[in-house]
Amino acid sequence: MLKKEMERILSASEDIGWVLEPDAKRVFSMAGLDVPRFTWATTGEEAIRFAKEIGYPVVCKVVSPQVMHKSDRNGVAVNIDGDGKLTEIFIRFSQIEGFAGVLVEPMLSGVELIVGAKVDYQFGPVILLGIGGTGVEIYRDIALRMAPLAEKDIGSMIKGLRGHKILEGYRGSAPVNLRELARLLENFSGLVMDLEQMIESIDLNPVICSSTRCIVADARIILETHKPWEIEGSNG
Amino acid sequence: MKFSALFRPKTMAVIGVSLTNDQHPANVIYNKNDLRYQTEVFAVNERGGVLQGKTIYRHISDIPQKVDLAVIATRAQLVPTILHDCIQAGVDGAVIISGGFAESGRKDLQDTMVSLAKEAGFPFIGPNCLGIYAPPYVDTLFIPSERIVRPDKGRIAMVSQSGGLLADQMVKFAAEGVGMSLAVSIGNKALIREVDLLGYFAKDPETEVIAFYVEGFGRDEGREFVSAAAQCPKPVIVLKSGKTPEGSRAVSSHSASMAGDYDVFSAVLAQHGIVEANSEFELISFCEALGCYHNPIQGKIGIITGSGGHGALAADACFSHDLSVPTLSEQDQNQIRAQVSPRVQRIASFSNPIDLTGSAVDDDFMGAAQVLSRNGEVDCVLILLLPYVPGITSDLGARLSRVYRQEGKPLIAYVPHVERYRMFIEGFELNRIPVAHSIEGAVHMAEAMRRRQPC
Repeated sequence: MLKKEMERILSASEDIGWVLEPDAKRVFSMAGLDVPRFTWATTGEEAIRFAKEIGYPVVCKVVSPQVMHKSDRNGVAVNIDGDGKLTEIFIRFSQIEGFAGVLVEPMLSGVELIVGAKVDYQFGPVILLGIGGTGVEIYRDIALRMAPLAEKDIGSMIKGLRGHKILEGYRGSAPVNLRELARLLENFSGLVMDLEQMIESIDLNPVICSSTRCIVADARIILETHKPWEIEGSNG
Repeated sequence: MKFSALFRPKTMAVIGVSLTNDQHPANVIYNKNDLRYQTEVFAVNERGGVLQGKTIYRHISDIPQKVDLAVIATRAQLVPTILHDCIQAGVDGAVIISGGFAESGRKDLQDTMVSLAKEAGFPFIGPNCLGIYAPPYVDTLFIPSERIVRPDKGRIAMVSQSGGLLADQMVKFAAEGVGMSLAVSIGNKALIREVDLLGYFAKDPETEVIAFYVEGFGRDEGREFVSAAAQCPKPVIVLKSGKTPEGSRAVSSHSASMAGDYDVFSAVLAQHGIVEANSEFELISFCEALGCYHNPIQGKIGIITGSGGHGALAADACFSHDLSVPTLSEQDQNQIRAQVSPRVQRIASFSNPIDLTGSAVDDDFMGAAQVLSRNGEVDCVLILLLPYVPGITSDLGARLSRVYRQEGKPLIAYVPHVERYRMFIEGFELNRIPVAHSIEGAVHMAEAMRRRQPC
């Protein structure tokens, strides 16, 4: 049943080729991944009401089918500490092309990881785990495995990161809850296997891990719009 | 589909022999099998005639005996019809040498052949390949006999997408004294792919290690291959080409950008305990090592040497290949010290690498190897055997092999490969201890066993 509902959400995004963040988070939530409490607000008042409910500071992100890379368009604001600032941000974001509201959620802190997936031509779904954040493609500290992930794969992926010591608590910082991280990877692997036919790739970046939780702070699902091999003449 | 007719044919037809050009691939194949292999061979050409005093049959069905294997080396357009004729005539399988199919825009011809074969349950290798080297039964590689270097009969089977690379690799196997059970060039792999041959070799009693040269897999074919290889009790080694990133293909996610084709390939192989060789040199060393030892190790290496420099170089090479060289405890060191002659006790170093110095004699090597083989801190012992050490005898290789037989811990030897030191090398090799001809090569052998461990 859940799989059907997830497929419905993905199908509804076929036209734009990727899934809006609030929809993506709904899908992940259904798959048992931990996502922050959020609202998709289309007015400033709605945004403020929700921010008060969860408490400042909050994060605000633009929702627009024309903006896949939100940071590139200055569509992400963090550490918003009051109503005035939030109203100001709302007005600024509403100028961005394709504006369809904002996403408001609590500020999170912890170690930033990337968890991702790609449907590989030769090997089908593969899962990626890496040290995340903005420098992810510079450091390229990643582990890759073919999905579905077995328990031993999850353990060896975490240990295989050059920076795995950061997860174990480094220089006084609290260690990351590795059980939660393992649970996230396992659920994500299941989700990817379920949606294999519909997706091209997924980024959960960052996943913010603390000593208690591993939360998908931002997410992008790229849909499979055309399969190159279906129009390919030969594989010789 | 039964592959036995491909690899153990009693009779074989070569279709497409030339009446005028004895260098034609079909003629080369006919001649070498006629003169050097056990299979009985028949020539076929629609014009008929006589070749080397024997009848050329006009049609496959004219051959008076049951034909097990057909080798087809005609123009591409004729192949589907010939394949059909072979099936009708009750032939059991074919090798299609001819090119001019999917690789040059005629996938339609190839598809016709595949559907014919599938319908009839008829196995064929190729097209666009060198085919099969299966001593002493058959050899369809169209390389003249006097040009090819044949490795001894042995335990390694190799499957290659490139025929040229396979022939070259056979020369290298021969030069290293690594024996082969079978070699197959699969070309366009239209019907029989790597995974199909993996299934056959997994059960072939003459094969103990299966090596592949892979350019790429079709859609989801890689998944099928690794899943089968992970179930295979024999070591599987893969050498891959085409590792460079594929240009500036637009990718919209970090995951798609970081999980490039080769990154995924390499990671998925390691995940399934398939040993990836990074170069043709590694491929040889890996085949040699895994031909002797099938079980994985964690990679904790103990090094025994008669020269400090060799020990240090070996330790460096271990580190750069993700192998560890654990320092032995005081107690373990004393245990080894107690096993060696008094003269060596005073000057040797026992911490790992264990340097027995140029004053060592056979028994010192034996004692050190015995203690290390019983020590839980190391799971593989590297012996750098320098034949220049005056106190050792040429029987040391054989004597050290006995330690392996008794203790069961993998032993790898380095001995410089020159004729004069043949006795040392033979002593090891007769007892199935792999011998490298460089320090780096010995370390590669240990690495092969570590990579057998799925990660």
